[in-house]
Amino acid sequence: MSELSYWRSLEELSSSAEFRAFVEDEFPNRTPDWNDPRSRRRFLTLMGASVALAGASACTVQPKEVIVPYVRQPEEVVPGNPLFYATAMSKAGIATGLLVESHLGRPTKVEGNPEHPASLGATDAVMQASVLTLYDPDRSQTVTRNGAISDWGSFFTALTGARDIAGLKQGAGLRILTGAVTSPTLFSQLKEYLTACPLAKWHQYEPCGRHSVRAGAIMSFGRPINTIYRFDRADIIVSLDADFLCSGMPGGIRYAHDYSERRRAAAVDSNVRPPRLYVAEGTPSITGGMADHRFRMRTTEVEAFGFTLMHDPTSPVAKELNAHRGSSIVIAGEYQSPRVHAMAHSLNQELGNAGKTVLYTDSVEANSADELTSLSELISDMQSGKVETLLILGGNPVYDAPADSEFLDALKKVHFRVHVGTYSNETAAWCHWHVPEAHYLESWSDARAYDGTACVVQPLIAPLYDGKTPHDILNVLNNHADLSAHDTVRAYWQTQHNGKGFDDFWQTSLHDGVIPGTAFAEITPPAGKISDAPATSIAGLEIVFRPDPAVGDGAMSNNAWLQEMPKPQNKMTWDNAVWVSPKSAQSYGVSTGDMVEIELRGRKVEGPVWIMPGHADESITIHFGYGRTRAGNIADGVGFDAYAIRNSASPWVDGGVQVTRKSRGYVFATTQHTQTMEERDPFRVATFAEYHKDPQFARPEQDRVSDTHSMFPLWEYKQHKWGMSIDLAACIGCQACTMACQSENNIAVVGKEEVAKGRHMNWIRVDRYYHGSLDDPQMYFQPVPCMHCENALCELVCPVAATIHSGEGLNEMVYNRCVGTRYCSNNCPYKVRRFNFFLYSDWNTQSLYGMRNPDVTVRSRGVMEKCSYCVQRINRAKIDADKQDRPIADGEIVTACQQACPTQAIIFGDLNNPNSKVSKLKKQLRDYSLLEELDTRPRTTYLARLSNPNPELEKSE
Amino acid sequence: MHDEPPVTTLDPGPKKVLGPGHDYGTVTDKISGVVYRPFERTPREMFIGFGIAFLLVNVLLVSVTWLFFRGVGIWGIMIPVAWGFAIVNFVWWIGIGHAGTFISAILLLLKQDWRTSINRFSESMTLFAVACAGMFPILHLGRPWLAYWLVPYPNTMWLWPQPRSPLIWDVFAVSTYGTVSLLFWFTGLIPDFATMRDKAPNSWAQKIFGMLALGWRGSAKHWARYQKAYLLLAGLSTPLVVSVHSVVSFDFSVSIVPGWHTTIFPPYFVAGAIYSGFAMVLTLAIPVRRWYHLEDLITMRHIECMAKVMLGTGLIVAYGYAMEAFMAWYSGNQVERYTFINRAWIGGYWWTYWILILCNILTPQLLWSKRVRLYLPAVFIISLIINIGMWLERFVIVVTSLTRDYVPSSWGMYYPTLWDWSTYAGTLGLFVSLMFLFIRGLPAISIFEMREVVHHLEHTHGD
Repeated sequence: MSELSYWRSLEELSSSAEFRAFVEDEFPNRTPDWNDPRSRRRFLTLMGASVALAGASACTVQPKEVIVPYVRQPEEVVPGNPLFYATAMSKAGIATGLLVESHLGRPTKVEGNPEHPASLGATDAVMQASVLTLYDPDRSQTVTRNGAISDWGSFFTALTGARDIAGLKQGAGLRILTGAVTSPTLFSQLKEYLTACPLAKWHQYEPCGRHSVRAGAIMSFGRPINTIYRFDRADIIVSLDADFLCSGMPGGIRYAHDYSERRRAAAVDSNVRPPRLYVAEGTPSITGGMADHRFRMRTTEVEAFGFTLMHDPTSPVAKELNAHRGSSIVIAGEYQSPRVHAMAHSLNQELGNAGKTVLYTDSVEANSADELTSLSELISDMQSGKVETLLILGGNPVYDAPADSEFLDALKKVHFRVHVGTYSNETAAWCHWHVPEAHYLESWSDARAYDGTACVVQPLIAPLYDGKTPHDILNVLNNHADLSAHDTVRAYWQTQHNGKGFDDFWQTSLHDGVIPGTAFAEITPPAGKISDAPATSIAGLEIVFRPDPAVGDGAMSNNAWLQEMPKPQNKMTWDNAVWVSPKSAQSYGVSTGDMVEIELRGRKVEGPVWIMPGHADESITIHFGYGRTRAGNIADGVGFDAYAIRNSASPWVDGGVQVTRKSRGYVFATTQHTQTMEERDPFRVATFAEYHKDPQFARPEQDRVSDTHSMFPLWEYKQHKWGMSIDLAACIGCQACTMACQSENNIAVVGKEEVAKGRHMNWIRVDRYYHGSLDDPQMYFQPVPCMHCENALCELVCPVAATIHSGEGLNEMVYNRCVGTRYCSNNCPYKVRRFNFFLYSDWNTQSLYGMRNPDVTVRSRGVMEKCSYCVQRINRAKIDADKQDRPIADGEIVTACQQACPTQAIIFGDLNNPNSKVSKLKKQLRDYSLLEELDTRPRTTYLARLSNPNPELEKSE
Repeated sequence: MHDEPPVTTLDPGPKKVLGPGHDYGTVTDKISGVVYRPFERTPREMFIGFGIAFLLVNVLLVSVTWLFFRGVGIWGIMIPVAWGFAIVNFVWWIGIGHAGTFISAILLLLKQDWRTSINRFSESMTLFAVACAGMFPILHLGRPWLAYWLVPYPNTMWLWPQPRSPLIWDVFAVSTYGTVSLLFWFTGLIPDFATMRDKAPNSWAQKIFGMLALGWRGSAKHWARYQKAYLLLAGLSTPLVVSVHSVVSFDFSVSIVPGWHTTIFPPYFVAGAIYSGFAMVLTLAIPVRRWYHLEDLITMRHIECMAKVMLGTGLIVAYGYAMEAFMAWYSGNQVERYTFINRAWIGGYWWTYWILILCNILTPQLLWSKRVRLYLPAVFIISLIINIGMWLERFVIVVTSLTRDYVPSSWGMYYPTLWDWSTYAGTLGLFVSLMFLFIRGLPAISIFEMREVVHHLEHTHGD
């Protein structure tokens, strides 16, 4: 415990020797001493240090609080009933509209906004987890100056000072560094400042930005044009290393939705042509998992593949594309070379897809810039001393700038450095001023979606720690310090709205979460140019850099839910690894758990090896977002830093890499240990053709258990009969359901050690099975929530009747009755039950209290828990329907997993209603139960996966 | 009593249940002499043994305290193997207890003469084993302070335990077993308490034994009623030998886990229980009879008969294993077959299965040979091996079956932690400590029944 050095109170802080050293040292925390490795789970249960250090410099006595009920209750606020507000979350600037559930003024759950084109009601795993970041106790809670606590007033003085000095020189020496910006308001503020001070410069940098997309568009069309896709209209899709399903690229949620809609329609109606997906990739992705044909090749060889596609019309894929002119899509991966993007543009135009399945708009970013160039300009200016004042608005360039750019060295030469961010991170450690940034759930702002649709970002809670938005900073620069962010955003849209009725317009936009008519118009770009030079590739071992499937580029590393989210491909948690193919592992003499040193262009990093079936040979992949040193207590010291060897010349894939084994025996924490189906068939799959010939392939006659084989009469469910259908043809394995469930049901995080022991707590898990050879297997995803068996095996063996069956078919878990014998878990053949072996829920961290869903118990030690079909939502709907004296409509009750799922793979509803969606789905002949032979009669059933392979290619495979 | 006799054994050989030259007095003196021997004359081995055992009791105390403080996660259990050492130990201890009841009750009803000098000893062993066993169902609970909810009592919640669960049947079975065993044991001790009272060297012993003797005078009326009561209790205990472990086996056979869900478990478990129980009796009796020079009371006949019972029950257990293997194949069920192959070949714990076969099936075959049966060191080591084997059997059943069941994505390995071992070792220490205390404080052999043996031998010109 003596290693823990968190601050308890301002008094304690001011008197400690450490603090004094802190103050006197101009660059404190060069080697921060709260970097010690310690048991994270222990930390979570033991820490209680959440005394808010919010800005207050004088007041240290907690004021006496008096609870007073509303005299005039705000409209619609009924304690106990949640309200939903529309807002949006941005990733690299590009927004997805959300509806956020708010309980008594606290946001507790993120949902998608059905009105928003990028969401259509769904979200991804990162958006679900974002609510935890709002309440993260490690967020920066105060303005700091040289590491010491300060306040906004002092910062304001300093900033205006710097502004005025720069203003005398028309802004020379003042630089602003942001991420990618789509916010029209922010852009207008920046424009205002840059117009007033033309010698100031605005730089943009995203560590995982759309550099290739932009460069590819410029290569083809001469200017940065935005490309969006209509997967519901595509018969043939060729993905050149494009992970378009879910978070892989902007619009991913929408793309997943459209793609699955098409597949589902084809399953129901044999007249609808099922789409066929070809994926050429080196690193296994969830899009590769859905592929009907996956061409495994090194990442640098994708360019050659595209080249062949362009020039060889006899290849089977080219033939297919030609046969479906105007209804095909060729899409290039975000992290491929610009040339591959140019190839895709060229192909799409040549195939007549443009305007039909592939649409073009103006760039969504307000000022599309090559971020690598922008950053290197800034760095060279800093090096040559031209930068006196640097305002870093969000981001963490000290951590994630390419290693060869030597950002930190250059940064040290800047006279006045300001960092605005949600965490006092690696960059904040080197800046004079750090200002806490408001989380998006605390912010007024606006943003654009992947298709240009603008929406207003409205806060659900006042900033917990007086965080500021970039708008506030720009207002200071523009001499509008009296304006709040809200006023600024509103004022901007007032200028955009011609005519009367702005108030209505504003209210409607806030209510709907979409500003109508702001989607960018389609444009017809000029004919794409592409050179005929042969494709280049890297010889020898290549190294591929990717954002982590869970924590992404590292901004959300300190989010414990994301750390514990099993990565779709290998179900790994709390780590990043060096992914190697089985063959390459053999040839390089490494195996899973070996620590290897990777040397690239003179820089080294050490990481553990993970043998990844389906990975390309002679290629390794490492992921960003780990190896943090100042992220917070969750992420510090976890994993290794891939940015440390990243080069700006080849930021996504590089060659000349050396791999040397250093030691053995690194222990990973994965949630699934057996990778294949072991000759059983939990996951059933057939081709569309086979399905239409033999619709009952998933449930052959001999495996069925008849209703009459038990001597007990069947129970009649007279009122409601809840059931769930999971469509395996739709599930892409993105884990959004897992995160949604975690958020909705207050599921605890257990930490790496406990996950390694097999004690992770996720109520819905996504199993991933490999099928075929381990070099190039099929990857199948199967979400497994509680089956809510009618003949529940768990209910039979509970000695205290802590798990019982409701009259509507739910298997209910009564937490306060459970004594923890764990017999129910042993007897559950699906192993969906989770046990609190320790007190996993964090009862001490006060900032997390607000995050929890008040409708769901927070479980304590020794109690079993499992999926409840979101019984709290069922009950709420029943109460509402009862109050309004009407039946519950189909679709009124949506479980958390169902709501989050981008492909609508999970459908819940009333089986006693023959017209409900779930009833209709279960009538499909490809419906089957898991382990039907045990006669558990599960209410959760699966629709078998359907694939659409090319018969010509099948023969050769 | 002052000079220790030379090393030649007092044992009269495998055909006699009592050494020569005994009468009512000598038998009484000898047995009560163990208790009333001056403290300085306590055999050194007892101090060493008790010291180690008591140390382990403290280990148990620490382990249980830490368990209650932190939670059941200090053990190696996880999902899917949510039951580990605690349940293995529970079944093992309960099984061991069955020998005592078998010897006391069943052998009484079957009128076997060789039960007499070992029955008190083994009944005590039963009680202590049940005490050790009974801790585990409470310790392994996630919320042990609510263990009383498994007991049907009227409460404000209007809730009763769920009677379809084998764990509730366990509650009844084990508590019945404990209660009846305790009653039977105590009843059997009453005449001996009286003897101890009458021979007490100081007033403390006289008062304590006097209270425990419940006013026994040894009159004919007392004896007449006593015989009836004793027989009744024996009759009550007899079905328990079969029922208790059958009910414990229901914990497994009622569930759906492949490897558990098999009808052979009740007889297989009962046979295994008697098997391990006799092994434990031998493990304890052989050293104790030597240290306290009781070889003429616990003779080679007893040893040999117990060895024969071990062999017999061992063969039944072997049949059980063979049937499991056969049915795994004969059923044609993919999951059943896989469970067996996993257990014996491809699973992470395949080696435990083969050690099990060695310990439980192969080693006891040595007992076919009369020479081996009469060779004490061999019998002692075989009994130890059998105890280890029976522990492994429960481990194989409980743990390996859980590691891989129906859905492959959930398969996982179980790794016991330090606390798993320390709790187990602690209960071993508790058991041995209690046995030592029993030997020190109570007549370890039934005095009045030994007098009956003397009487019987005299009047039938016994061998």
